[in-house]
Amino acid sequence: MAEKKFPTKIEETLEGSILFNVPFPTGDDLSSLKEMAPIIIKQPYSIEYIHSYGQDSPFFAGLANRRFLVTREPDTGYTYGTPRGHDMYTGKETEWVEIPCEGRLHAFTVCHFGSEEFLPECPYVLGLIEFEGVNTLFLARIVGLDPAEASEKWIGMKLKGRFRRWSKFKPTDVYFYPAE
Amino acid sequence: MRTVYAVSGGVSKFAKSRPDKTFPALVKEAYDYAIADLGLEHPQFRELVDGTVASYFSDHFTRQLMAAIMVQDYLGLCPKPSHRVEGGGATGGICFQEGWKAVASGYMDICLCYGFETMSHVQTWKGNEFIALASDVSFDYPVGGFYSGYYAMMVTRHMKEFGTTVEQMAHVSVKNHMNAYYNPYAQKRQKLSIADVRAAPMVAWPLTRLDICVMSDGAACTILCSEEGLTKLEKASGKRIPRIKVSGIGRGTDAMRMADRPHQSYDDFLKRNLLPHEDTPETRQYYKDLWDRGFRYPGVHSFRAGRMASKEAYKNAGIYDPLTEIDFVELHDAYTSSEIQTYEDMGLCRYGEGGPFAASGKAFMPGIDYGLDLPEQPVCPVNPSGGLIACGHPVGATGLMQAVFAIWQLQGTIAKHFGAPELQVPHAKRGAIHSHAGTGTYVTVSILEKEE
Repeated sequence: MAEKKFPTKIEETLEGSILFNVPFPTGDDLSSLKEMAPIIIKQPYSIEYIHSYGQDSPFFAGLANRRFLVTREPDTGYTYGTPRGHDMYTGKETEWVEIPCEGRLHAFTVCHFGSEEFLPECPYVLGLIEFEGVNTLFLARIVGLDPAEASEKWIGMKLKGRFRRWSKFKPTDVYFYPAE
Repeated sequence: MRTVYAVSGGVSKFAKSRPDKTFPALVKEAYDYAIADLGLEHPQFRELVDGTVASYFSDHFTRQLMAAIMVQDYLGLCPKPSHRVEGGGATGGICFQEGWKAVASGYMDICLCYGFETMSHVQTWKGNEFIALASDVSFDYPVGGFYSGYYAMMVTRHMKEFGTTVEQMAHVSVKNHMNAYYNPYAQKRQKLSIADVRAAPMVAWPLTRLDICVMSDGAACTILCSEEGLTKLEKASGKRIPRIKVSGIGRGTDAMRMADRPHQSYDDFLKRNLLPHEDTPETRQYYKDLWDRGFRYPGVHSFRAGRMASKEAYKNAGIYDPLTEIDFVELHDAYTSSEIQTYEDMGLCRYGEGGPFAASGKAFMPGIDYGLDLPEQPVCPVNPSGGLIACGHPVGATGLMQAVFAIWQLQGTIAKHFGAPELQVPHAKRGAIHSHAGTGTYVTVSILEKEE
């Protein structure tokens, strides 16, 4: 038989969720469908984003060059431990300032569970770091501590930063460890 | 502004997973309950309602954009006006307040607020990842984004500043799970001890699994109306509707990144953040002493947004001393620690006193045996429903769930709706609901009260 120029049948394929045999009432009485268990299928979804660090980009360039940058309002001197392009009080543009990559532990936790992306890294320590002369904090990974020995005594501990040699252009390009 | 009444509500049974229904059908459950409780059927209500506000948090969980219109459509409310609101964990509270605005402004006489979340559509750890995307994806998420971790960091600072203990936090867990034991809508109805809470698997030190709310599938609805709307509803149903008034709303915000939270001076705190009832020489001295010890506000231990929302709501509702002038609070206890932090923000106690307050008994329900040795009598039960920790936290529904439970408390109809009277706050005249997002980024406080 000659193939039609525009096929009237879609080819059957094996990808996706296929259930070859679904129970269904055979007669005209459809009332039992109200008792049917829900059909639950898997729907994969993944996407790669093109994420720009925008005005914060120099911070990541700094990490790649082993230099820790913060931003400062030029007139008031208010300094952000996590960079902000504009000051929240004066509304003015901030300027980049390099500071020594050492501080103290302001608050912390040990994550024994986490988001899917970080599950393989559990347990890991998250800490907010305070820096001398800086008004706000910086969130970082803390290493070199025993996760089983978590204690509020850790707060106030002196920390030193270390830069990843192979920069991944993430805030984790710098991480901290106990200075003593 | 016109007077706004909260006249009815409905809540679906919160559960880990509700695969038996799609999200629009889940909202329909709550909606049908709310209109039936008014003595109305859909064709009648459809004629009367002027429009809706929709609440859900995450497009990621639904993997469906414009999910709100699917609910509007399924409920049979097209072509009435509607819009969706989103503000993280506070989405439900924001929805309630947007409904209030629609009525108070005169735009609508009758407004339906509905909300939902179906969090079971991904596995728990992927869900945690979605939620963590509500933190800065340049600076917070990539470091190990996990909300339980963020709240755990806050509480370590609270412990350091004020000496708050894990046992005090566990009191909140025991209270809320025990309250939920009598709430048929709750997901986790459990009788626990302090030891049970501490022995549960550690999630983010010092928070165990029983210090943290769970993900849920659920929906909730509330119906708000003006005096004119009330007349219309009563005419249609032929019965008198209890007058539960929304007497004040307040909302506050704070920096997205916890790291950016300012460390205000004492003078700035007094000027901007002190509640009127705290303005006494003794409390001023108490705070001065804290500042002298190095305390800074809000830091990461306190929620300035919650304080500002409370301050505004109390002012609008004419509340001076919240602890004695509010009969119960339904607050956003995503964590036991955040319930303690919120006691302080809402002025139920002073900053720094949340831990002892949690273990004092003041926030417990009268007449329920918690198996704890509580030194004081209940004054203002907090989370009589069981809160997020025990009811579950289907994000877009949560703030509306609080509103529904508050309406029932003030109507005195808890026994009717729960099938058990234990959780009825005796002589409840005024209640507060508190909805909270992110690490304290958006917070809403709304005051409901019975009109005499």
